[in-house]
Amino acid sequence: MFRLVGARTINTQWRLGVMARFFGLLLWHSGSSFRRLRLTLREIYFSGVLSLTIILISGLFVGMVLGLQGYETLQRYGSEEVLGTLVALSLVRELGPVLAGLLFASRAGSAVTAEIGLMKATEQLAAMDMMAVDPVARVVAPRFWGGVISMPILALLFSAMGVFGGYLVGVVMIGIDSGSFWSQMQASVDFRNDIVNGVIKSVVFGVAVSLVAVFEGFDTDGTAEGVSRATTRTVVTSSLAILGLDFILTSFMFRG
Amino acid sequence: MSSLVSLRDVRFSYGNRDVLHGVTLNVPRGKLVAIMGGSGCGKTTLMRLIGGQLRPRAGQLTVCGAEVPSLDREGLYDLRRRMSMLFQFGALFTDLSVFDNVAFPMREHTNMPEPIIRDLVLMKLHAVGLRGAENLLPSELSGGMARRVALARAIALDPELMMYDEPFAGLDPISLGVIGQLIRKLNDALGASSIVVTHDVQESLQIVDYVYFLSDGKVVAEGTPDEIRTSEDPWVHQFVWGEADGPVPFRYPAVPYEEALLGVQRA
Ligand SMILES: Nc1ncnc2c1ncn2[C@@H]1O[C@H](COP(=O)(O)OP(=O)(O)OP(=O)(O)O)[C@@H](O)[C@H]1O
Ligand SMILES: [Mg+2]
Repeated sequence: MFRLVGARTINTQWRLGVMARFFGLLLWHSGSSFRRLRLTLREIYFSGVLSLTIILISGLFVGMVLGLQGYETLQRYGSEEVLGTLVALSLVRELGPVLAGLLFASRAGSAVTAEIGLMKATEQLAAMDMMAVDPVARVVAPRFWGGVISMPILALLFSAMGVFGGYLVGVVMIGIDSGSFWSQMQASVDFRNDIVNGVIKSVVFGVAVSLVAVFEGFDTDGTAEGVSRATTRTVVTSSLAILGLDFILTSFMFRG
Repeated sequence: MSSLVSLRDVRFSYGNRDVLHGVTLNVPRGKLVAIMGGSGCGKTTLMRLIGGQLRPRAGQLTVCGAEVPSLDREGLYDLRRRMSMLFQFGALFTDLSVFDNVAFPMREHTNMPEPIIRDLVLMKLHAVGLRGAENLLPSELSGGMARRVALARAIALDPELMMYDEPFAGLDPISLGVIGQLIRKLNDALGASSIVVTHDVQESLQIVDYVYFLSDGKVVAEGTPDEIRTSEDPWVHQFVWGEADGPVPFRYPAVPYEEALLGVQRA
């Protein structure tokens, strides 16, 4: 039992080391992916634009639920008018980056892993390498940066949709005064403390998810089971990474 | 006679599984050399060694005068720009159209303007008989078509050394003849050197200059096509004769299969 845990730990550390080296290689080759801007834009489209639907719908529903639950609680203390603040702060600080990150990992991260894994399985990466075109520069780096750029934008859109959902429930459905909903929100959401910190979180999550996704894809053994295992691992690893990183970041950002 | 590719006693193993036990062979400049041998005897592995994707465990391996295993990444990439490899399963980029696949090496390695690239791509596609397929995606191609597109991509930059991994597999007899001639013509017109891995003894004996037979990780026989045809060596005889013994099932695999199916249905 202990030995199993020990072996797992060593294995995980070893993988982390490999991933760190891969990250270095990736950054080293990233210069060319900015020269090949078209490729990166394409990946922003595939990762970002195609994730829009799920992000917007989820954001709306999460916001509406926050509206209902928040109203329930706040009403007990007679402070319904701060509902806007509650919804906005929860979303911008926590739920926006975290939930958008989780959705992004399962929608776009898994797709990137599967795509790169299949390219490896069908020798496309080997063929590229034989043509003296580096697959890390041509295939991996654009997908990584596409994800890193998309993630914060998706998180902001998630939060915006969520606030709108909270507004729908709080103001339109329940009938809180629209003026106080917005003004309370504006008064208490701080740009630097809340919004910037939320964006920093989503950038960190974007890096984590994209790195895990491209690494797992690149690291597959090139079989059908290998690709499916890698896809699963992407979702599991990047979800755990998001939640862990969120705790660390939050404890630095919002202490006191 | 200078050799473009030369292997001296090259050994290679995957993990502890020995695949090549000391292969020695030469590809002279301007010549077309065939490597034949049973499935799984290490032909693809040999090409990967020459292309620097694998490193030999022992032995000497030089290509264009460079000791391949000791090259760093940059040196290897410089060398690879002068060579090209047709992969056994085509390895077309599935997210690019046929046209973009063939244009890929040109766009990556040259600054040619787009109209010239277009002309060149159509020329290469025309050579493999697929000019009309330029807008299709690889998923819309048949296996043989995909292989021919891969061939067009492999010759896109007129390399000095061409390696074809089973270029004839999955081709009908007509395309097989055409592709065979194309490989010969490319070799002569460009002054390139070529290595063809193939099982198609009859077709390749007509086009190549020299043949190596590989078995169990070693070169067991070699010679010019004439020497091979008249060889007394029992191994060569069996391989050449064994393949030629069933030219019908080998060259027209569909016919006996259909017959067999029909036979079963009738019974
Ligand atoms: N990545 C690998 N890991 C371990 N063993 C491998 C690997 N690739 C190939 N082999 C083994 O090495 C041997 C030679 O393989 P190779 O692909 O070179 O054969 P081949 O001569 O090209 O066969 P074919 O004519 O069927 O294409 C085979 O027995 C195969 O099982
Ligand atoms: Mg092979």
